[in-house]
Formats: sequence, C-alpha cells, structure tokens
Amino acid sequence: MGGDGYLISATGLVKRFGDFTAVAGIDLGVRRGEAFGFLGPNGAGKSSTMRMIGCVSPPSEGRLSILGLDAASHGPQIRARLGVVPQQDSLDVELTVLENLTIYARYFGIPRAVAQRRAAELLDFVQLADRAGDRVEPLSGGMKRRLTIARSLVNEPELVLLDEPTTGLDPQARHLVWERLYRLKQRGVTLVLTTHYMDEAEQLCDRLVVMDGGRIVAEGSPSALIARFSTREVVELRFDLADLDGARGRDIADTLTGLADRVEVLPDRLLLYTADGDATVTAVTDRGVEPMSVLVRRSSLEDVFLRLTGRTLVD
Amino acid sequence: MATTVRAVPRGRAAHVLAYHLVGYRRTWRATVFSSFLLPVIYLAGIGLGVGGYVDRGHHLGVAYLSFLAPGVLATTALTIGVEESTYRVFSQFEWDRTYEAMLATPLRVVDLLLGQLAFVVFRALVAVVVFLAVMAAFGTVHSPWAVAVVPVGGLIALACAAPTFAFTATQSSAQGFSVLQRFAVIPVQLFSGVFFPVSQLPAPVRPLAYLSPLWHGVELCRGLTLGTLHPWPALGHLAYLAVWAGVGFALAARTFRRRLVV
Repeated sequence: MGGDGYLISATGLVKRFGDFTAVAGIDLGVRRGEAFGFLGPNGAGKSSTMRMIGCVSPPSEGRLSILGLDAASHGPQIRARLGVVPQQDSLDVELTVLENLTIYARYFGIPRAVAQRRAAELLDFVQLADRAGDRVEPLSGGMKRRLTIARSLVNEPELVLLDEPTTGLDPQARHLVWERLYRLKQRGVTLVLTTHYMDEAEQLCDRLVVMDGGRIVAEGSPSALIARFSTREVVELRFDLADLDGARGRDIADTLTGLADRVEVLPDRLLLYTADGDATVTAVTDRGVEPMSVLVRRSSLEDVFLRLTGRTLVD
Repeated sequence: MATTVRAVPRGRAAHVLAYHLVGYRRTWRATVFSSFLLPVIYLAGIGLGVGGYVDRGHHLGVAYLSFLAPGVLATTALTIGVEESTYRVFSQFEWDRTYEAMLATPLRVVDLLLGQLAFVVFRALVAVVVFLAVMAAFGTVHSPWAVAVVPVGGLIALACAAPTFAFTATQSSAQGFSVLQRFAVIPVQLFSGVFFPVSQLPAPVRPLAYLSPLWHGVELCRGLTLGTLHPWPALGHLAYLAVWAGVGFALAARTFRRRLVV
C-alpha cells in the first residue's frame, strides 16, 4: 500500500496515441476494499486508463502508483498481484475450461498442485465445475465471461480490473456475475470496473468517476452524484411527436416554467427534474398541459450521466 | 513501505513453452501431413522418379536421392519455422487475443517470444528426427555426423521463425501470409540448392541463393549426411543462420512491443 493510503493513485495521468489524446490528465485515488467505477461514453478514455492501471500500457505522462509500486518500473511485480478481465474475452480455445485456469496459474509461478486445487475451487465459484473438461469454444457468452472472471482470480489478486464485465450478457448471466463480484468485494478484494450500464454502476460501485473526452467530469458515490447533478425525482411527460415539433416543445416548456428545477425537451418527451414528482404532476395539470402519458420515477445515475456527457450519440 | 514485493516467478518462458506443448497435444495430428508425410512424398516422388534420370548422367558424384534428402530435410525445418510463425502468431494477436491475456500476468514480451520460439524449435526437432529415420531407411545416410542435422534443423527453423514472427507482428490482416508464401518461401525453396546445386544457377543470380538461410542450412545438412562437411565452411553457415536468428529475434521483440505495449 502506498504511503498516501491508496491502492491506486494517479496524478496528471495522460495517454496519447500519436496525435490523439485518449486520457488528458486525470487524478485518481482508489482505496483498499473499495469498488470503484469508471463511467463514460465510448471513447471517453476508460479502457486506456484501465490498461495503464493494468500495467500493459505505459502512461505518456504523469505518475501512477499501484499497490504502492511505481507502474513504470514494476510492471511484472504489480501484474503478479492483479486480476484482469479484459473487454474482449481472451480465453484459449485450444484448451479445456480447466486448463485455461491451470495454465494461466503457471504464468504467475503458482505450483502445479496449488493451481489444480485453486482452479477447481474457482470453477465452483463461477458455477462451471460441470464443464471443467469441455472445450471453451462451444460455451455461451455468459459462461465464457464467468470463466474469464475465474481466470482473473487464479493468483488470488488484491485488485481486480474489470473492463465492461457484463456487456453482451443476458439478464440472468449479468445478475450472476454481479452477485459473484459482490461476494469478492465482501472478501475484501478491491474492484475497479468500467461500464456503461448505469444499473451496474449503482449495484456495484461505492464510488465512481464519470469520464468524458479523456477527462474526469464528476466523482462521488452514486447517491452523491445523483444528489449533486440531478434531483430526487423525474417526471416524464410523453407527447405525440407532432406536439413537440420545433417551437411547440419550447412553448409547452415555457408554460411549465417554475414547476421544476430543470426542464429538458426531447423529441417525444419533456423531462421535469423535481424534488416531489407527484406535486409537480398536479401543478402541470393545473396549468392545462395534457400529455399522452405521465411517469414519475426516481432519479438515476443515467440522468446524471446524460446530463454530464450529453445525449449526442458517440460511436 | 510495508508491503513486500512478491517475487516475479522464475522460468517464465518455460511456462509459455509448456502452454504451447499442451495445446499441441491436441493439434499434432493436423501437422502430421505437412511435417512428415509431405516430405516423404517429395523424397519418394522426386528422389526416386527424377533421380532415375539424373543418376544416368553421373554429374553429382552421389545418388540423386542422397543429394536431395538432406535438402528436403532442411526445407522441412524452414516450412515448420514459417508455418508456425504466421497464422498461429497472428491469431494470438488478433483472433484469440492470447498474447493480451498473457501480458496481463508477470510475463513479458521476451518471455512470450522465447517460449513460443522454443516451441517452434521443438516442432522442427521432432520432424527432423523422424525424417532422419526415414532417410536412413532409404539408405541415404552416409556418415555418423548425420545426427548433427537434428540441432541444425532446429537452428534453421529458428532462423526462419524469428524474422517471420517480426513480419507477422506488423500485419493488420492475414492477407500478407499468402504473399510471403508466394514471393519468399516458394522461391527460396526452389533456388537454395535443394533440388539442384546452386552452381546450376546463372552466375548473376547465384549470390541471391547465398543470401538465403535455407541454402546455408542445406549445405550443412548435406555435408553432414554425406560426411563431406569441412569445419570452416560449416562454421560460416552456422554463424550466418545464427545472425538470422539473432537479428530476427531483435526485430520480433521490437515489433511485438510496438503492437502489444501501447
């Protein structure tokens, strides 16, 4: 552990690829036992940051210390104590499920017998024990993901890096992965993950940063971020598309001035950010506005995310 | 600082070699044709068939089959060296992404290279041993020095594999490999003194044959199985192959790093 009490600590971290700056100077501190998330649209610099923390990508600038060691000079020593779940599965299709774990364990210098025992335990942990002798190729996406997670744990890491751990999984598989990750966290393992699922971030992360354009634009716990960048509740007023066309949307919004902290006009909806949704709905009806449907909901991290990173599509 | 730095494991390249061997346990059958049967077919077809004609002229001073066999042996080592270094390596970069997974562990780029090149050499050694036995059965081994073709075969494979690793690391698609095969591997196989002495080549192109690592390998193997090798030229050939292996390794380390450590 570093002298500053952080398991990961970064100052002025920059990553450039030629002329392109993927990470434009970020400061970070992740404490032991924490579940820390990176949120951000595609191209925000999340994966580049993760690869630098994983000591597979040297920073272009700045200081990065992991487990109290300098990332620039102690790559192999740091990697010996990390678990990594990359964005794309990199399992070995020539090997069996079990061999994928035992061979990988050997790269960490884990003795054969220990590797065998640990691999069996881990297959139990990710509910793949009955597939131990099978080839990897025919496994489902969820199974491959779980196997990748099991592989990342083979060296009993203190810190596990997960790059979009549940992207592409069906809901059952996602919930199983979440539950297993939660158990790891209970055991005191520090988790660092990237995601663009807001529910995932809310479920798993104690603290998170929102990245956009290579910079950190907000930082805090999910509830603190909601409190700071959104309101307690959101009223969604749905209209016929023609009703909100061009200036008409703005007209309706003007009618509703003062009823909410913030009014957002979308092509099919008006969003009213407010502390008390039901009271706002009553006030809306009082002013004679009649939407097709009304929905009152709690504010979510998604509202924060969209507010901070915008609604423009990023590919 | 209170934390002890956990020691980085020893023998990292050996674990990489072990990994490739485990995979090979499952895929070796697919390599039997190209590594064993094809060379034997060459030997029987060209050696006996063409050999019948050639031997009537008595130009070689030795039966054509005995002339050809060590050349085919050296070619087999080259073929394995290149074959194992193209699609297989590319797939580990791009399709299966095994290199990425390996580099997330304490392994370094040099460990990946050393371990996998050791595997390529292993493949060549096995093929050369089998081929040597076949040569003996055909009565084409004329000197006890012939056993030395085994390590020489390994060196030929390494001298061809290391630069091919470097080439593969620069490729963004698999299309380059058929170009490599057509414009490098096949001409080298045809004009490196395997099927006829390079003295048959027109004088202006002969130096090209001398540049080919295969020609040096063929000279070594032929000298060893016929028992005609002289020490000084032998050292020259070995040194030339070692330079290819060494420079190839340095280039491979550079191109691998450029591709993987970004």
